[in-house]
Amino acid sequence: MIRPAWIVAGMLLADSAHGIDPERLEDPDLQQRYEHLAHQLRCLVCQNETIADSNATLAADLRREVRELLIAGKTDADIRSFLTERYGDFVLYLPPVTPRTWLLWAAPALLLLGGAAVAATIVRRRMRTASADPAALEEEPENL
Amino acid sequence: MKKNLRPLLPIALFAGLIVFFIIGLQKDPSRIDSPLIGKPAPAFALEALDNPAVQVGSGDLAGRPWLLNVWATWCGGCRQEHTTLLEIAREGRVPMMGLNWRDDRSLALQWLVKLGNPYVSVAYDPEGRTAIDWGVYGAPETFLIGADGKVLHKQIGIMTAEIWRRDFLPLLAAQGGGP
Repeated sequence: MIRPAWIVAGMLLADSAHGIDPERLEDPDLQQRYEHLAHQLRCLVCQNETIADSNATLAADLRREVRELLIAGKTDADIRSFLTERYGDFVLYLPPVTPRTWLLWAAPALLLLGGAAVAATIVRRRMRTASADPAALEEEPENL
Repeated sequence: MKKNLRPLLPIALFAGLIVFFIIGLQKDPSRIDSPLIGKPAPAFALEALDNPAVQVGSGDLAGRPWLLNVWATWCGGCRQEHTTLLEIAREGRVPMMGLNWRDDRSLALQWLVKLGNPYVSVAYDPEGRTAIDWGVYGAPETFLIGADGKVLHKQIGIMTAEIWRRDFLPLLAAQGGGP
């Protein structure tokens, strides 16, 4: 029997050895920033992969570009804007909040608030019905 | 809201969702709007495909409208649009420069000999650096650059006579029509 700890260890190892990209930067700090960036940038050929995960030629070219910009001393923000100037916001896995995307970002909060409002209304109405006529609770509410 | 309309609310919401999906799903996610439109064309100077000693650059055709067509011999769509490109070249309204993207020089030269050459010049970009500056992600792509050096339009995918007439000719006419 394999102990769960071994399985977890195996999964961790498999994750750190993401095999597609053979390139390593000498500076470990740069390497860390490089991996972080590569996991946030979209490969535009295979759109549901990051450039870190994709072995498309374009992804390799973009990784090379990111490495060279890092070595040249550019900040992460510089590198992101280098790519969005060329490929648009779609290249970012986390799109910025703009007039076009605010609804996308706000949707979870709006849905939660909407649901809370509906729930609060229903609860309040039932409490009112119950205090007026406790027997009404036995019946199905007329509507939701 | 009137009580008797309430049961219709979920149905109305569902219908709205369906309309939203019908519109959303008909968009082609592989067409990504280029942020370059309206901006100055990215400058480049590369070796000419047919002669490493000669430079081909974005300044060569400055001062008038021109086309930049991104192609490669490994690109099936490029083969499909080649006849249309030759027709556009024959029309002679606007000069077309080629950007040979991540290709093999000798294969690319053979292609032009065999199929015909619609380009006034071809820049050779074996490492894909200029292609990245132009936001290229899938050949074929065709850019129209205005006389003022700004990118006017980008066609992603195969150029057809219909696309040429519909999307490019009106923009060219607005530029003064060409010769």
